[in-house]
Amino acid sequence: MPPRVPLSVPLRLLQRLGVFVASVVVASLLVFLVASALPGNVAQVVLGVQATPEAVARLEQEFGLDRPWPVRYGAWFAGLLRFDLGRSYLTGQPVLDQVLPRLGVTSWLVGLAMVLALLVAVPLGMWAAVRRRHADGFLASALSQVGLAVPSFWLGILASLVFAVQLGWFPANGYVPLSAGFGPWARHLVLPVVALSAVQSAVLARYVRSATVEVLHEDYYRTARAGGWRTVQALLRHGLRNMSLSVVTVVGLQLATLLAGAIIIESVFALPGLGRLLLDAVAQRDLMVVQGVVLLLVVAVLAINALVDMSYALLDPRLRIERGQVR
Amino acid sequence: MRRRLGFVVAWVTGLALVLAGCSGQAKDTSGGHVPANSLVIGATAEPPTLDPTKNNAAAIPQVLLYNVYETLVRVDSSGNLHGLLAQEWQVSPDRRTYTFRLDPAATFASGRRLTATDVKWSFDRIKSPDTSSVLRTQMAVVQDVQAKDPSTLVVSLKRPSNSWLWNMSSTAGIVIDSQAAGDLAATPAGSGPYLVNEWTKGSQVVLARNPKYWATPPRVENVTFRYFSDATAMNSAMLSGDLNVISNVQAPQALDRFSDPEKYTVLQGTTNGEVVLGMNNRNKALSDPRVRQALTYAIDRKALLDSVWAGKGTLIGSMVPPTDPWYEDLSGAYPYDPAKAKQLLKEAGYESGLTLRMRLPTLAYAKGAGQFIQSQLAAVGVTVVIDELEFPARWIDVVMRQSDYDLTIVAHVEPRDMVNFADPEYYWHYDSAEFRRLMAAADAGTPQEYIDDQRVAARVLSRDAAADWLFLLPNLVVTTPNVSGINANATSLSFDVTKASVGS
Repeated sequence: MPPRVPLSVPLRLLQRLGVFVASVVVASLLVFLVASALPGNVAQVVLGVQATPEAVARLEQEFGLDRPWPVRYGAWFAGLLRFDLGRSYLTGQPVLDQVLPRLGVTSWLVGLAMVLALLVAVPLGMWAAVRRRHADGFLASALSQVGLAVPSFWLGILASLVFAVQLGWFPANGYVPLSAGFGPWARHLVLPVVALSAVQSAVLARYVRSATVEVLHEDYYRTARAGGWRTVQALLRHGLRNMSLSVVTVVGLQLATLLAGAIIIESVFALPGLGRLLLDAVAQRDLMVVQGVVLLLVVAVLAINALVDMSYALLDPRLRIERGQVR
Repeated sequence: MRRRLGFVVAWVTGLALVLAGCSGQAKDTSGGHVPANSLVIGATAEPPTLDPTKNNAAAIPQVLLYNVYETLVRVDSSGNLHGLLAQEWQVSPDRRTYTFRLDPAATFASGRRLTATDVKWSFDRIKSPDTSSVLRTQMAVVQDVQAKDPSTLVVSLKRPSNSWLWNMSSTAGIVIDSQAAGDLAATPAGSGPYLVNEWTKGSQVVLARNPKYWATPPRVENVTFRYFSDATAMNSAMLSGDLNVISNVQAPQALDRFSDPEKYTVLQGTTNGEVVLGMNNRNKALSDPRVRQALTYAIDRKALLDSVWAGKGTLIGSMVPPTDPWYEDLSGAYPYDPAKAKQLLKEAGYESGLTLRMRLPTLAYAKGAGQFIQSQLAAVGVTVVIDELEFPARWIDVVMRQSDYDLTIVAHVEPRDMVNFADPEYYWHYDSAEFRRLMAAADAGTPQEYIDDQRVAARVLSRDAAADWLFLLPNLVVTTPNVSGINANATSLSFDVTKASVGS
């Protein structure tokens, strides 16, 4: 058997891209089939409780829903190749036009929640690890346990009642775009971001804690300490980078759950994001919108995973060196 | 040790600064609060499109009817018809020809004069088979529409129909600017006192005063309908001062939070939403009127209303809300009497028991009422098996289209929808020649005959226990005390703001 020839960097990227494209194609078929399998249809919802069977049949024909599913999938997929997600059955407008304004809201919500979660979880997890045999470290651990158990929607409602209704510090809900000014925009996002990030902080803190505990037992850490470095210095300088591999993996996975959590938080805070759009579209059986949004979320998650994979090389120099170059 | 503490302090301070920066001058900005001379109205369902002829969703006329689009005639808060775009109208002796005289002052928001030709265009658009309007059946009785001159419209009907004129006061009767009808799904073109200024999908529709309005201009400058899928979120927005109107409180239990009369005014009126316990008349047991009557006797509707809807709402006893001219109180026809219910079930041959499948839509009132009824029917030997179907899609598919149910509960919110009982194919499958004859006579008769025959028809429904009318949904509007001119009764599909005003 000839020795396996390692792939060059461009080829590896190409391979990665190929996997990505194949995943998207398979996902589009799955998304389409699942959406089509939803019982009930948009024509009935549009016509409401006064609908006659003839009117429903006519509207189905107009929407093209009477065609067999492979034909409908083919038409939809052909559109995707031109970055055309189709037109909403309800409004007749391009799905992309409906999705793009919502994408901004959800991206800010999820992105800021992730950043806040990291800001809270990394110090909290490290603290809990370093002080794990002390009361305050134990408290930090306990806090992250409690955080895991709190549902984000409940926290959202509570935060809204306390900080908006009682104290009047923030708006109870709603959204204004960034173009309307940084202050109002940020004020509307504080409570949803905090509510969404709480659980993520707790999850992440636990990973950071265990990763830190591992680092504390490593030779290089002990050496650094013995060389006169302080705990925090040694952890930040040598520990953080080593921890980051496992933390980044978890962050990549968590982003998917954050997107799911955003759907609920957007309802609680009446934010016009993708989640609201998706829920409304499912309720109305506007399958073009459902397919478009779900596919977009799938692509986002796949892209994040691909980025996480690639970031390993940045974080860990060992992975950057190709086998052939090892000396 | 000191260094570490310093790091922590710096980090906490940084985080606090970020959050504080976001909160800005939170207390003293009025950014989140209602601007002067404006209404910000909390509502539940967002319009899926702004074209009322393409979708039956009640959220569309809630915003647009009377506010943005006008009709020849309109319904007032007591359920009577008045001229709106029509100054007056005559009905021919055979009741098949209506001649409307339009207000010559009427103009569209574009400034163009509204003529009989526009009305004809709008009516033909709904009638035409090419436009796939969801309202076509309401226009089906129309033979021909003629614009005799700019101010005179003549409509000939295939047969006399009182309900046609009534329907013209609602979405089927809106008059659209034919010259500006390019994108009605997003840009309405009407003649009403308000224009759609902005529609932020997923969030709100903003109406602005129409500067060229042809009649008395409205007093409120801007009207925003803000949409909440979560009732708690809507209440919180009201409590924190971001709204000054809640269009209809979804959970009456929440009214307690608005009990301070210094801060809130609560309007309690009626709607057209009859909460109907539907009984599938094609089910063998339920095809027997005695069984349907027995179920009606076995349910204590007063107690049900108290427990499920905090006692808000009206007991009606038939498919008629108190704002219809033929209303009479039939709620006492079947007083709560389990013994009588058992007796009737025995006569019908179900002494040993009966099992019925209740398929509920996922709506708060339906779930509450369903469980209440389940326990009350158990007391008379009827076993009710409950399952829930996602509303609207699943419920419409299974219950309405396939009639795969024995009992169900849903509110029928369209005005004057008693006529649904005249169609034996409709999901109740109530089949009564007597009822159909009365409804036909009512539609064809004089205005007085219309009222008299509808009243008798409502009695027939009650006598046959065609269904059980559990209660009429209340209209619960909450406003701040400076808001006035909003109707307590919801007699049309419109949330009418044309007479509203906001004090300082």
